[in-house]
Amino acid sequence: MSGVRVLVGTRKGAFVLTSDAKRERWDVAGPHFAGWEVYHLKGSPADPNRLYASQSSGWFGQIIQRSSDGGATWEQMGNAFAYASVPGTHQWYDGTPHPWEFARVWHLEPSLTDPDTVYAGVEDAALFRTIDGGATWHELAGLREHSSGSSWQPGAGGMCLHTIVLDPSDAQRIYVAISAAGAFRSDDGGLTWRAINQGLRSEGIPDETAEVGHCVHRIAMHPSRPNVLFMQKHWDVMRSDDAGDSWREISGNLPSDFGFPIQTHAHEPDTIYVVPIKSDSEHFPPDGKLRVYRSRTGGNEWEALTNGLPQENCYVNVLRDAMAVDTLDSCGVYFGTTGGAVYASADSGERWAPIVRDLPAVLSVEVQTLP
Amino acid sequence: MIRVVLPAHLRTLARVAGEVAIAVDPPTTHRAVLDALEANYPMLRGTIRDHITQRRRPFVRFFACGRDLSHESPDTALPEAVSSGDEPLLIVGAMAGG
Repeated sequence: MSGVRVLVGTRKGAFVLTSDAKRERWDVAGPHFAGWEVYHLKGSPADPNRLYASQSSGWFGQIIQRSSDGGATWEQMGNAFAYASVPGTHQWYDGTPHPWEFARVWHLEPSLTDPDTVYAGVEDAALFRTIDGGATWHELAGLREHSSGSSWQPGAGGMCLHTIVLDPSDAQRIYVAISAAGAFRSDDGGLTWRAINQGLRSEGIPDETAEVGHCVHRIAMHPSRPNVLFMQKHWDVMRSDDAGDSWREISGNLPSDFGFPIQTHAHEPDTIYVVPIKSDSEHFPPDGKLRVYRSRTGGNEWEALTNGLPQENCYVNVLRDAMAVDTLDSCGVYFGTTGGAVYASADSGERWAPIVRDLPAVLSVEVQTLP
Repeated sequence: MIRVVLPAHLRTLARVAGEVAIAVDPPTTHRAVLDALEANYPMLRGTIRDHITQRRRPFVRFFACGRDLSHESPDTALPEAVSSGDEPLLIVGAMAGG
């Protein structure tokens, strides 16, 4: 019988939530790596029992863990993330040059076809790849060496590469997003990169339409239509129909177009989900009401999904990596909050219920649909 | 044998319950002890000192014999009582943050 496995990274460990296809009763396992920050964990599309986790600590640095049994047991893998060339400098918050320094892995994106190949997005912003199951990591330095690299600046959370999107129709095409540099695309497997920020407008930078400097929070793609991208920017929800070459705003009637995650429906390429947040200075839902907004028209027209979500006194955030969908016939949608709740809807967002309420602050949510 | 007490999170990574004992050829400097520790417990590489620079991570401290040795050169010999195994080298996660 099919089922789902929800992989939850939190400030104090990782949790694995499992259910059958009804998604009514859940088993909660964890914490794994108790006491450590788990920014992200994700399974291989080519081997669902192969999981990778980023475990980090301000005291003891970066650890990479791998599971070959769906998260029941874990094996510590290589954790040497050395920039492939002289790191150089980027801009610091005050505009002065600052040396590139590795801090942590924000996001792990397993290959669509090879369980031993994984991309890692790190802070300070760079893209690494392993082809030996996590034993060794090598930087794809063309991104950091982009001509604009010395002008990149950190966002409030650090200068992090937090989004990696692999094109299922073209193994050479990779998208990444960096806060606060913007979005980039490679068409040659990660060797060279171009900034894809045309159409973005950011009021917080001197040139609002600059080539780089935009705080892109998240990019989503539906696998059936890989040239169409959706973006939650610091402010503004955006859409591209040409693989990022140009963007247009689709914020429409959202109560706020600030937010972090954006996600596509598993079966409807024009159905997208965001979680509006009041502002960049007040990271909680408008009016204390936790509302997921869904567009079924590819943007601009949005409806609030509230059934089962707290509609008063709710002041949590939903972080960029903390929303995901399953691929069951009735698409399940999941998200985690900084208040430690993981909510699930088994019907595309019509009705919600918490799977768990009191985990540590949730940093990431990924979902695997199991056969 | 040099006795080393690891902080709880590193004991978990190393899969040890109490202090560890490692053989180190003299001179028993900070660097020699950490080299031997990482050779015996490779899962600790990068957690006590940076992979690239080999510098002590900022929130890790080295204590022994009632003294803070954190700022000594990696090539400084450890106290005789540590080299002889009478006293352990304490590797400590600094009290910082929540």
